[in-house]
Amino acid sequence: MAHYLVRRFLYLIAVLVAVTFTVSLMLSLPAGDPAQVLAGPEASAAQVDAVREALRLDRPVVERYIDWLGDAVTGDLGNSLRTNEPVIDSIRDRLPVTLELVILGQLLALLFAVPAAIFAAYRPGRPADAATTVSSFLMISSPSFIVALLLIRIFSVELGWLPTGGWVPLSENLGDNLRAAILPVIALALEPAGIYQRLLRSDMRRTLDEDYIMMAEAKGLGPRTILLRHSLRPSSFSLLTMIGIVSARMVGGSVIVETIFGLPGIGRLLIDSIGFRDFVTVQGVVAVIAVAYVVVNSFVDVLYGVVDPRVRVDAAG
Amino acid sequence: MAGSGTAHLRDADRALIRVEDLVVRFRASRNRYVQAVSGISLDVIPGETVGLVGESGCGKSTTGRAIVQLPPPTSGRVLYDGVDLTTLDAKQVRAIRPELQLIYQDPISSLDPHMTVEQIVGEPLDIWKRGTQASRRVLVAETLEAVGLDPKATLDKRPREFSGGQCQRICIARALILEPKALILDEPVSSLDVSVQAQILNLLEDMKDRYGLTMIFIAHDLAVVRNASDVVVVMYLGKVCEVAATEDLFASPAHPYTDGLLASIPQLRASRNGNGSQPRTLAGELPSPLDPPSGCRFRTRCPRAAGRCAEEEPTLRAAGDSGHHFVACHFPLVEAALAPTAAGPAVAGSE
Amino acid sequence: MLPGEIVEELDLPGGPTPVATLPEAAVQAPRRRRLSGIRLIAAAWLVLVVVLCALAPVLPLPDPEAGQGAIAASPGSGHILGTDQLGRDILSRILWGGRTSFFVAALTTGIAMFLGLAFGIIAGYFRGRIDWVIAGVADFVLAFPALILLIVLTSVFGLSIRNLVLGLSILGTPAFVRIARAHAMTVSQREFVLAARGSGARNGRIMVRHILPSVVGPVAAYALTFAAVVFVAEGSLSFLGLGVPPPTPSWGGMIAAGRPWLDRALHIVLVPSIVLIATVLALNFLGDRQEQPGRRR
Repeated sequence: MAHYLVRRFLYLIAVLVAVTFTVSLMLSLPAGDPAQVLAGPEASAAQVDAVREALRLDRPVVERYIDWLGDAVTGDLGNSLRTNEPVIDSIRDRLPVTLELVILGQLLALLFAVPAAIFAAYRPGRPADAATTVSSFLMISSPSFIVALLLIRIFSVELGWLPTGGWVPLSENLGDNLRAAILPVIALALEPAGIYQRLLRSDMRRTLDEDYIMMAEAKGLGPRTILLRHSLRPSSFSLLTMIGIVSARMVGGSVIVETIFGLPGIGRLLIDSIGFRDFVTVQGVVAVIAVAYVVVNSFVDVLYGVVDPRVRVDAAG
Repeated sequence: MAGSGTAHLRDADRALIRVEDLVVRFRASRNRYVQAVSGISLDVIPGETVGLVGESGCGKSTTGRAIVQLPPPTSGRVLYDGVDLTTLDAKQVRAIRPELQLIYQDPISSLDPHMTVEQIVGEPLDIWKRGTQASRRVLVAETLEAVGLDPKATLDKRPREFSGGQCQRICIARALILEPKALILDEPVSSLDVSVQAQILNLLEDMKDRYGLTMIFIAHDLAVVRNASDVVVVMYLGKVCEVAATEDLFASPAHPYTDGLLASIPQLRASRNGNGSQPRTLAGELPSPLDPPSGCRFRTRCPRAAGRCAEEEPTLRAAGDSGHHFVACHFPLVEAALAPTAAGPAVAGSE
Repeated sequence: MLPGEIVEELDLPGGPTPVATLPEAAVQAPRRRRLSGIRLIAAAWLVLVVVLCALAPVLPLPDPEAGQGAIAASPGSGHILGTDQLGRDILSRILWGGRTSFFVAALTTGIAMFLGLAFGIIAGYFRGRIDWVIAGVADFVLAFPALILLIVLTSVFGLSIRNLVLGLSILGTPAFVRIARAHAMTVSQREFVLAARGSGARNGRIMVRHILPSVVGPVAAYALTFAAVVFVAEGSLSFLGLGVPPPTPSWGGMIAAGRPWLDRALHIVLVPSIVLIATVLALNFLGDRQEQPGRRR
């Protein structure tokens, strides 16, 4: 087990290095003078020099990356080209917003998916099952940017119930915070909710086809006990894995939602920085998102390995 | 029963296939290995059919595959026409393949479900670029007819439209289309219905005459090989127990294991044990090849086992009066005419 | 078990048995997939959209990039689906934008599927060291946050369809590799592969003639799901202004452009949204393995 964790950890480090290095590499790949390209066509010579200086583009990629990595490990992600503030500070300011969106999004998705899956698995093939299946597919197939726009139209424009955007920090006012969060969270949760419902329903159906369920039925256990105790629990395994994968993906998906609703999260920071061609910040934000993504995925893998020894053997072999 | 040794091998010049000390090891897990075949030797003379018999898991199929180098054995020699196949590179082995064909246990699974019968049977010709498109078509049809299938009704169909017996006929056609010298049959009828088994066995006899084949016939059932084989090799847990001309083996088995196998054939048991003595069917399970018994591997199930069997592995030596009869047992049921009688338990058989 | 005596007793004719008398030729029901109602609708929708998009240049449509006078006109009045914020015909832009979207989706899926099949089959057939390398690289790429990398990619290299296709195919290939590899591993164990080697077939022939046909089915099903993902990703990037460069019409771009008009002219957003969702939905339905008959759910 310890051996496995060490291997996993080394792998995690390797992926982190690869992701951050890829970003570094991409910054020096544009044809011609990368600094000129990154600074944009209208940049003055001084601005181009500033970009070259800040990103150390005059140096070989590997050297530049090692410098960046050395600073990054100590928490120094450089200073923004736009505001000259430390990048790490703006990330720290904005991270709680994104985390709140992801956590609430997960809760909402599960709140829909688990009952809907049980409902559908209980009587497969019936209209109720078909209806939940179709709505799950619809949820999976609806891009968050469309959902966000339609929600704004309905709940903000038509009904006037909720703000079209903006953010109130949790520390200021809980009610206003939730009012600001509710539409973005729905937009973010819709796709995962559909995925979870499909996954859990199919796993539960498989479990319900097992012999021991028939035994339980024969013993006269009620559908409630069978569904919740004997079927949901053994079926929730792959759901847990999926929650991990989706958590990581949601951090990326929040880019769109934060942009549409004007929320000060790190996804918005990324898009804004790209707009201002502030590639020091871009590099920092991507590094942080990548770390979150890779760490969550690894955590899920390890969890899987702890629970199911077969995975460990495969991973080692 | 731990038949190491090569006493039973005939003159090397006469053999078309000669296997010496064949060992096949598989990796079972990280650092555990299974020795599926532990030093088998056997030989086949041109025109002869050798039956290779043993329970499932004794390594007989592995032996058959190792002979055609699929996969090559861990050690030992496989001489085909005097050439050691284990020393050849992949290209040279490939060149031998048309002469040495293998028929597989599961006829349905050994046909590609996505191909038509014409493509399947014609594929070897395509691989070896034999003949023209037109001549291949003719040969495919002829071969299908030879194995008892109507070309018109089969050529354009896919394997799933056929029964197991028909699939085995298609497999046989595919093997024969290259006009091989030798055919290794890996349990060719064990997955078929009893009535179909007889048809396929008869077909194989016909094909042997028609194509002048030399065959190794692998089966878990002595009765199946009885009519087809000139010589029978009995295997147990990766080793050879007994080698004998078929008639000798059935008339006077020397190894307790062979005796047990024969006793498990209902018709034979009735005639052989008519005087009310205990049937000597095999008791117990095949031990794990991961951890085979010491000494004679059969001793854990042998009614005649004694202390010596755990310590010393028996090697193959002559048994019985006839010419070609060898046994790997410290206490055989039949002793060679000139060999001194070993001090063993009383003979419980009906000799 | 077939006792020897029985063989003799049966006294079968020496010659091969004619086909006609062979018992119970197991004729299995053809395994053709039937399209359920919903899949039929999905397929019909895709065909309709693809055909209309393909015919866009010959259909009597207004110029998708030129204003037609009436700004943000509602559907029906001379323009079947209305006009957008610059007075351009929405139907025309949907079909021309669809050409771009389908082109990107088809090309990306094609590249990723081709690479996935090639690497997956090689890894699953040969196993060993080459498998370790291929599967390792695939897992590695899968560990990258895809959308983020795409955003950075297009922001650094500039907007172009080529960059979009390149980025999406590289990030999409590993999933194809995994699926192809898993199936190739199973098929490689089958006896017909061994039989082909026994006939003297070389590895290349075995992989192309025997393994590929068995692997291509499940991979193609995933390709539909992947195409749906590409539509969403391309739409999202275009929405953020990081996908298909304007003024080339694209569905994501149309939705983004209609955003300021959300309160006044919903159809500018709604029409491309419905078309995009319906297309993605259709691809997801068709690509869903769970819905296939014969598979236990």
